[in-house]
Amino acid sequence: MVRFIVRRILQMAGVLVALSMLLFVWLKALPGGPVSAILGERATPARREALEAALGLDQPVYVQYIRFVQRALRGDFGASTAVIPGEDAFQVFLIRLPATIELAICAMVLAVALGIPLGYLAARRKGSPLDSSLVVFSLIGVAVPVFFTAFLLKYFVAVEWNLLPVSGKQDASLDATRVTGLLILDGLLTREWDAAWDAVRHLILPAVALATIPFAIIFRITRASVLDTMDADFVRTAEAKGLEAKVIRSRHVLRNAMLPVVTVIGLSLGGLLAGAILTETVFSYPGIGDAIYQSQRDKDYAVLTVLILAAAAIFVIINLLVDIAYAVLDPRIRTR
Amino acid sequence: MSATMSLKDDATPSTGPLLSVEDLRVTFQRHGEKPFTAVDGVSFDVHPGQTVGLVGESGCGKSVTSLALMGLLPKRGNRVEGRATYEGTDLLSLSDKEMRDRRGRDIAMIFQDPLSSLNPVVSIGIQVTEVMERHQGMSRKDAMPRARDLLERVGIPDPNARLKNYPHQLSGGMRQRALIAMALACEPRLLIADEPTTALDVTIQAQILALLKELVQDTGTALIMITHDLGVVAGLCDEVNVLYAGRIVERGDRHRLFARPRHPYTHGLLSSIPRLDSPRGEKLTPITGSVSDNLPWTSACAFAPRCSHALDVCRQESPPWEWESDGRGLRCFNPVDPEEVRRG
Amino acid sequence: MTSYGDRRRERIDDLAAAASVDETPGVSLIASAWRRLRRDPIFLVGLAITVAFIILAVISPWIAPHDPASAPLLDKVRPQTNPVPGPEPGFPLGGDDRGRDLLSRLLVGSRQTLVVGVFATIFGLLGGMALGILAGSFGGAVDSIVMRIVDVMLSVPSLLLAFTIAALAARPGQTTLIIAIAIIQVPIFARLLRGSMLGQRASDHVLAARALGVKRRAIVFRHMLPNSMGPVIVQATLVLAIAIIDAAALSFLGLGSPDDRQPEWGQMLGRSQEFIYDHPHLAVYPALCIIVVALGFTLMGESMREALDPKTRR
Repeated sequence: MVRFIVRRILQMAGVLVALSMLLFVWLKALPGGPVSAILGERATPARREALEAALGLDQPVYVQYIRFVQRALRGDFGASTAVIPGEDAFQVFLIRLPATIELAICAMVLAVALGIPLGYLAARRKGSPLDSSLVVFSLIGVAVPVFFTAFLLKYFVAVEWNLLPVSGKQDASLDATRVTGLLILDGLLTREWDAAWDAVRHLILPAVALATIPFAIIFRITRASVLDTMDADFVRTAEAKGLEAKVIRSRHVLRNAMLPVVTVIGLSLGGLLAGAILTETVFSYPGIGDAIYQSQRDKDYAVLTVLILAAAAIFVIINLLVDIAYAVLDPRIRTR
Repeated sequence: MSATMSLKDDATPSTGPLLSVEDLRVTFQRHGEKPFTAVDGVSFDVHPGQTVGLVGESGCGKSVTSLALMGLLPKRGNRVEGRATYEGTDLLSLSDKEMRDRRGRDIAMIFQDPLSSLNPVVSIGIQVTEVMERHQGMSRKDAMPRARDLLERVGIPDPNARLKNYPHQLSGGMRQRALIAMALACEPRLLIADEPTTALDVTIQAQILALLKELVQDTGTALIMITHDLGVVAGLCDEVNVLYAGRIVERGDRHRLFARPRHPYTHGLLSSIPRLDSPRGEKLTPITGSVSDNLPWTSACAFAPRCSHALDVCRQESPPWEWESDGRGLRCFNPVDPEEVRRG
Repeated sequence: MTSYGDRRRERIDDLAAAASVDETPGVSLIASAWRRLRRDPIFLVGLAITVAFIILAVISPWIAPHDPASAPLLDKVRPQTNPVPGPEPGFPLGGDDRGRDLLSRLLVGSRQTLVVGVFATIFGLLGGMALGILAGSFGGAVDSIVMRIVDVMLSVPSLLLAFTIAALAARPGQTTLIIAIAIIQVPIFARLLRGSMLGQRASDHVLAARALGVKRRAIVFRHMLPNSMGPVIVQATLVLAIAIIDAAALSFLGLGSPDDRQPEWGQMLGRSQEFIYDHPHLAVYPALCIIVVALGFTLMGESMREALDPKTRR
């Protein structure tokens, strides 16, 4: 188990090193690069050189990379130029992080709470009209771009019917107390119920839109996995023992069928991070995704680098947690 | 072994058969396809303590027979007809719930692939005790020592540690022993073993067969042994039924059947295995063709296209079931002459 | 065992296994899958959508009522009062914010969408094929190195990677978009081809060919590659749908082509945001087109995957 976790952490480090190299090389090698990005295409050579020296771009590549990594490890990526002008880029990430955590957790809870029971139900009634319609619905879910779902929700629920707020994460006029940065939690902790409720209202639409991606994936894998497991030899063995249907379902079918589902929840988190860029943009929800979009649009390279590395790191860490959860569930890994 | 066992013995004096299968017929019907009869009127008896073999190639209906008896065929897409009387009750007419009460308690089953037949995420201990919890109303705490004893009984070393192990931590032979322990947990009077040694190494095969033989003798459990391997039958079974394309083509006492096979199919099976005691230079004679050449039983002998003894009548009429003078049964128009066998 | 990348790996490997089912040369494998697919309504719906889309993309310049780049409604555009001209005779869907005919742009837009999807898939396939053949036909150290790279790529969420690549490129544009999306497909195809080739390396017909002294290159291209085609076609179909959706997403985020003389659905969708509350139809039409086409490819791909899956085949 310890060896397993150590191996995973090494693998994680590998991914991050590779990604930092990729980012570094891209930042360096693309025509123009940061200098053109900051100064524009038509800057004078003298100004370019001055900036290159200031950014350390006149050093050998490996020196630049080592300095890049050293600074990255200290959380020093430079100052933001556009997202929150003048603020330290890493601080921008920290400021934006809680909103995305809240959004991602809500979306994932929604997707899991609907995807697993419906997937199980569809598998139990394979071939029924309920099953077929759920399957087609989930395939449509895959084909509809998440930003379009977000747009439809925003247009109808928020704009046309005026049921929920259009954008943002909390009404500023409430002047809610900050504790953790997670607004709903803060509202509950400080007993500012109206603040918590307002945060919930802001969160509903982005969370529902974002949940469509993991829902489709979790639903389909649950259905496939339950179907697979129901046909497994050990379920037949359990039947041959005359066990009660309830015991067979919970101990033999579900416990095994959930293994790939746990994995796929990790997979969906990848989709969530990418989907958050789109969803947060549509709802102007001030999280990491929105910041990635802004920093890209406004060429805020310091923030963009932080956010992409951080998104990958978060993703890899979550995957490690999922792996551990998996190992707890599956003795074949736990006891190795 | 325990009180429950002896009670059962008192209740049913061992006169009649324990299980009597009459005219069992299983037809599969998939949507939009022609119905396929996998088991076509199979009848046989199993007496208490007796070991009966069902032998045949894959696809001959032997496994379907066992699943039908256990009520384990898929709920949709098939039709089961006939009777299977177990101590006066027709198993085939029982409700789902009643059959569930009997499985694991009165009739238990051992499957072919011990790895896939064990739940990978549940410990061996729980997989053994859950049968006793279900049928004997024991708590898990009370059942655990019994499970330990069972594992010891089937020859698993260090049973206390094994109770906490998961299937992947056991070797193939140990897994099959664990499955046998589960099947024996409630002391069933009938055990069905479906190719229990096929997935194992040859040396392990022999150990498992020896264990089964010993258990059958010690507990008085009747055993239906399903196999394609005549070697398994030779060492274990009292009576042997040879199946071909869903019908029994020959039945007899093990010794007689092996010494003097009468049906050309049985004869073919026997002469296609190498024997140590056969004269040097003797050729092995494989059965030609494959199951796909079969004729329908309704208007011919299904085996006729592959049969070295086939006559014209074999392709025109369905051979009836006939009893021979020595108590064996045969379904053949032109059986092998016993003298011919002796000459080799 | 189980990380995100591993799960994706498993899915790919399952598909790759379809190529190495014993004694089933590629052609008859596809033939047997085809027999099952012919009666599968989901596949047929997907096929119908796909074929209609391709035909539309080919003939659209001739059936479009107007030139998509011209602006016949320009004089109707009033930036303050009426930025988007409504429907009128000859212009059933009205115009866009530059006075161009919306219907014509939608029709002709199918071309560029197809171009983006197909080229991203082809480049991804070629890259993946090169890596996969390298790894699968040599094995050993080459295999290890190539697959480590592929696994690292697979363990980053694909849209995030595409976004990173497109965002860091100096000039946004259609080529950048195609390359970004192609790159995220490379590891998928590489793993797929390598898996199916390694499976076949041990198979009888390849061993026989090798025993007969057939050259390695001939074995790879004449024996192994054709057998891998079934799974590759399935994966390519699914990848096409993802490529179209991802391209739309990147366009929406402003990473698409800034040049809008050639209409493209993702780009139309991206440009429509300015008017999204007052004139949502500008977004809805291209979005619906994308959804229907992506659904077509997805339905077709998923049903083909199921037909080829050795697990579901008896």
